[in-house]
Amino acid sequence: MTVIQKQAVSPIAHLTPEDIEQLGVELDAIRQEFLDARGASDAAYIRKVIDVQRKIELGSRAVLLASVFPPAWIVGTIGLSISKILDNMEIGHNILHGQWDWMRDPKIHSTTWEWDNATPAAQWKHSHNELHHTYTNVIGKDNDLGYGIMRVDEDQPWHPMYLAQPLWNFINACIFEYGIAAYDLDLGATIKRKKTKDPEFRAQASKVLAKIRKQATKDYVVHPLLSLPTGSFFSTLAANVTANVVRNLWSHSIIMCGHFPEGVETFEKRSIDGETRGEWYVRQMLGSANISGSKALHIMSGNLSHQIEHHLFPDLPSNRYAQIAPKVKDLFEKYGLNYHTAPLPQQVYSAWHKVFRLSLPNGWLATTNAKNAPEKLKMLYKMATGGPKVRRAAQARLNQEARRLKAVA
Amino acid sequence: MSIALNAGGPAGPQGQTLRQLRDGVRRLTELAVTPLVPADYLDMFNPLRAGADLRGRIVDVHPETRDAATLLIKPGADWAGHVPGQYVRIGIDVDGVRQWRAYSLTHGPRRDGYISITVKAVPDGKVSNHLVHHTRPGTLVHLEQATGDFVLPEMPGKLLFVTAGSGVTPVVGMLRNLFPVADSGVVHLRRSEDLDITVVHVAPSEPDSIFIDNLRELHASRAINLIPRYDDVHGLLDVNRLDELVPDLAERATYACGPAGLLDALEAHHTERGMELFVEQFRTTFVEPGEGDQIYGVSFNDGTAVEADGATPILDAAESAGVLMPSGCRMGVCYGCVLPLREGIVRDLRNGEITKAAPGDGVKVQTCINAAAGPCEFDH
Ligand SMILES: Cc1cc2nc3c(=O)[nH]c(=O)nc-3n(C[C@H](O)[C@H](O)[C@H](O)COP(=O)(O)OP(=O)(O)OC[C@H]3O[C@@H](n4cnc5c(N)ncnc54)[C@H](O)[C@@H]3O)c2cc1C
Ligand code: FES
Repeated sequence: MTVIQKQAVSPIAHLTPEDIEQLGVELDAIRQEFLDARGASDAAYIRKVIDVQRKIELGSRAVLLASVFPPAWIVGTIGLSISKILDNMEIGHNILHGQWDWMRDPKIHSTTWEWDNATPAAQWKHSHNELHHTYTNVIGKDNDLGYGIMRVDEDQPWHPMYLAQPLWNFINACIFEYGIAAYDLDLGATIKRKKTKDPEFRAQASKVLAKIRKQATKDYVVHPLLSLPTGSFFSTLAANVTANVVRNLWSHSIIMCGHFPEGVETFEKRSIDGETRGEWYVRQMLGSANISGSKALHIMSGNLSHQIEHHLFPDLPSNRYAQIAPKVKDLFEKYGLNYHTAPLPQQVYSAWHKVFRLSLPNGWLATTNAKNAPEKLKMLYKMATGGPKVRRAAQARLNQEARRLKAVA
Repeated sequence: MSIALNAGGPAGPQGQTLRQLRDGVRRLTELAVTPLVPADYLDMFNPLRAGADLRGRIVDVHPETRDAATLLIKPGADWAGHVPGQYVRIGIDVDGVRQWRAYSLTHGPRRDGYISITVKAVPDGKVSNHLVHHTRPGTLVHLEQATGDFVLPEMPGKLLFVTAGSGVTPVVGMLRNLFPVADSGVVHLRRSEDLDITVVHVAPSEPDSIFIDNLRELHASRAINLIPRYDDVHGLLDVNRLDELVPDLAERATYACGPAGLLDALEAHHTERGMELFVEQFRTTFVEPGEGDQIYGVSFNDGTAVEADGATPILDAAESAGVLMPSGCRMGVCYGCVLPLREGIVRDLRNGEITKAAPGDGVKVQTCINAAAGPCEFDH
């Protein structure tokens, strides 16, 4: 996929500026409909989810006090994983979006909430709500695309280091909460710019470290120590590590599915200058992908399974996305746009396929088959070890081959 | 254990060790539940416990008239009591949104420690209708400690109460304290022996008259002299002819609670004659949302004040005046710009929705999509 502006046939070519503005008006109407409907049942919903999450966490922590016994370990670890996922996804992510600010409950408010995650709420809100949601899928602006460490687009020049990107992506998935924290701090760029002594960066970094220290003390010291009387120190430690990794893998997968599957569009930096409300909506519509599935999946994904609806209306309460979805889908149909949705395994596969494909030079995967594999591998080896000149020449050949292949098909 | 320790703790080394132990346990608990706090979990099981944010549970809802009801509330353990005549601010979720309103406390001395308020549903009133018609026992409400200056002095002497509509509530609270009613009837306490109380009670009609039975009972037992005035029978009360109803008006200190019109008239009347008047006003006067081309003052509690028109986001207006504002997307999606509105009125520029804040509300509003619709004060 290349940025939408460079595609031969743009998926929005058939829309006139008037269409796009009309689409915006219709989406605004949907938004208003649900703002008006919002009420006591929604408030009861989020309170219920919070209550259930806290009870699951308390219960799991209690069971883990005797985690030397394998059944206790299994039950406690599953419970703790679920509670951490609920905390981060359906509760934390959505509260921090301001989805529940309308309740005017100071205990459930985007400005007061803190979550069970390495990154402090305030910093995440900045990078996620302000940057990612405003610049969704704009190459070079939306760092969520690859978290600044990956090649996410054909137009990004290929470099041998990208060969390792599936590995990076997997490691990042395992330690996702720390990855996010580093990314919210803009750690990579700050190191590159040699700005780590900047007082503002220092202040932010010390906040992150303080949060990480608290989180780690809780999970890896206090709770294992509390389990010491039953001889469960190490098993409780292991349970906490496991639950954190499970939560990391799960949230990473859900988030990858939101913007990474094949077919989700990306946009050029220049294209968003002077963007209208209608155009902003269209970018959100084409830059997101949904996951279809059960109610449980929706809740465990923080309703990011309704990524499209979430990106259109990030501040509407998450429990409403399922009702909004059919209306949004009708609009996609009406305006001839592709509503991107598929079951979880399919979206995860698709997102990973893209990671692999872009870790290789453009066209390499498409032009490689069982017969020419040895020859292709040799070429890849040359590209990986040779200089820029070699790479450019090889890339030209690959492009030609890919074009020929397309012409035949 | 904690009670003894909280009350200063036993002296000596033993007390100190206990205190250290308790602090240690507290710190450990905090570490174990971060990023939440222990109270978040305790609240799930006992929201009325000592040390919790002040809350109350509604125990009973008892209709007084067709549009008024008394709510009996069990307050949290930290409820500090009240002086009769004072009011309590109650936060209750109506349609999922936390709303805060003030209500006078109407109970006399109670052994069970419960408190009560009496609410009259006003037309289109969000909270009053909810409390009178849709609130069930068991509902949890949020409370603040009782406050208010509408209270009697230690040695009251000769008094006149003028009450109108739901304005009878703080007065009933005072009277119930002075003359508790037992099963056997009104109890005449020694401390209330010398009181000489006249109550002019104004209501649209007799059936609309809250607490009329209580007032009649007090009248029958000679605790008070009740002069009921019903608009439909007697016509509207003319304050300038009050001395016809209360001949010794000039000797009495007047305590009045009712609609602004009545209070204003009383104020004028009493000032002119140099008489003592204490009033309680129920209705906070809100500025009506103005038009887009009007200019309003927007101030912040650090002292900065800017002028904003009704069509410009407060964020823009404040920034162009040089105020450092939190902000993000500037289009209403990120909530990076939310500030508590201490008092005032704003309009959502997207749909015209009005948000109002009375003093103390601290309603959080997005400054990037709200324009001032009247003078505003922000916490920032
Ligand atoms: C110190 C104090 C003590 C109070 N004690 C009592 C009490 O004991 N019992 C009681 O019933 N109320 C009392 N009130 C009034 C109460 O706080 C609310 O203002 C009232 O219940 C209306 O709230 P609402 O949400 O129903 O109306 P809103 O939804 O806020 O207003 C709806 C409409 O009613 C109008 N309105 C607002 N307040 C009043 C009012 N008091 N009378 C007539 N119209 C009004 C508004 O202008 C608006 O047009 C007291 C107020 C104060 C400040
Ligand atoms: S700055 Fe984003 S909501 Fe206001």
